[in-house]
Amino acid sequence: AMATSAMVGQGEVLTGTTIMACTFDGGVVLGADSRTSSGNYVANKVADKITKVCDKVYLCRSGSAAHTQAVAGYANLYLNQHAIELGEKGVSVKSAATIVKEIAYTNKEWMNAGMIVAGWDKAQGGQVFAVPMGGTLMEVPFAVGGSGSIYINAFVDKNWRAGMTRDECKAFVRKAVSLAISRDGSSGGVIRTVTVDAAGQNKEMVPGDQVARYQDEHLPTLGSNAPIFT
Amino acid sequence: MLVKGSEKRIFTVAPHAGMALTGLLADGRQIVNSCRDEAQQYKRFYGQAIPGKMLNQRISSYIQYFTLHDSVRPFGSSVILASYDKSGPGLYMIEPSGVSYGYRAVAIGQEKQVAKTELENLDFTTITSREAVMEIAKIIYKIHDDVKDKEFELELSWVCAESNGKHEHIPEDLLAEANKVGKQNLEADQFGSDEEMEI
Repeated sequence: AMATSAMVGQGEVLTGTTIMACTFDGGVVLGADSRTSSGNYVANKVADKITKVCDKVYLCRSGSAAHTQAVAGYANLYLNQHAIELGEKGVSVKSAATIVKEIAYTNKEWMNAGMIVAGWDKAQGGQVFAVPMGGTLMEVPFAVGGSGSIYINAFVDKNWRAGMTRDECKAFVRKAVSLAISRDGSSGGVIRTVTVDAAGQNKEMVPGDQVARYQDEHLPTLGSNAPIFT
Repeated sequence: MLVKGSEKRIFTVAPHAGMALTGLLADGRQIVNSCRDEAQQYKRFYGQAIPGKMLNQRISSYIQYFTLHDSVRPFGSSVILASYDKSGPGLYMIEPSGVSYGYRAVAIGQEKQVAKTELENLDFTTITSREAVMEIAKIIYKIHDDVKDKEFELELSWVCAESNGKHEHIPEDLLAEANKVGKQNLEADQFGSDEEMEI
């Protein structure tokens, strides 16, 4: 179910959002917009919705900002303890996702959080796990979430393919998020991506004026740096 | 009058791990129960099978706890824990004190010293699972060759590549062969070797 301002208490900060994560040949790309809204007010224009929970594993957050930050905090705590006992290199993406799921499911009555866990580990390579509201856990080749995701479900279904390169995947994620931003009032700002593979983890950002615009969003005047719709 | 197979001393604690007991078997069975709980909780929380090393640490801590308080007594059972995980096979032995080590081969119980001596002869770098089954059978029969000992039942389990990483009692036919090999080896021994005479 989509998180709406009607569902939460007055003044609660939402991440009405577009988040996604996507596997490619050798790793994953996570992507998100950067708008945090409280009703119609944009509380944060440059929010970072992709949070590290342990080395090479990240969490995309949508829904209540408070709930998802709390979940990320607990996941980080448990995964740190786990890494101490097991050895840093032994921690798997699946363990991280299972922990997030356990928290989401156990507290389902009180939670407003749709999340995606994605990362890379030595045993299984790049993996994406969706943990939507309610607390199910699904391993998927790609996942989208947040209020903006509904506008791009068909787009990602059609355009994702197995075996993309890192750059192709990043471009795909950026394009998808920009399309969602174009239609979802609760998504906007910059497009953040995190790319995780064997070599490491790389956090990048597309500034607001460079996010692709479409159709009647184009201003007829000069001076915009935004790429033309193709 | 005992029903064959009714007194098992080897238990599966997780799909990929097993445990063998000596001493007070009732105490040992409680350890097995705790071990099963621990492995299941880990799987539930982390989504993955508990590594042998971790299971060893957890169960050792548990056993050690009972040495801390007056109101409880330590477990009267030593256990051997065998596992097979991402990092390969693992073998651990945990004493009632809670101390545990990892081993290539280990023995517990009344005749453990004799058994350890025999085990030292094995080449751990080349021995296969099947060969190990036979060698262990031989050792157990050898230890029991004293007329004083009761008749015994050989119980064998393994967790290896051949069992697809699952802990289970060895197949019937292999057990029959192990018993045969054990007995034969014993008879061969009894009729002596030429090396015994030394002046």
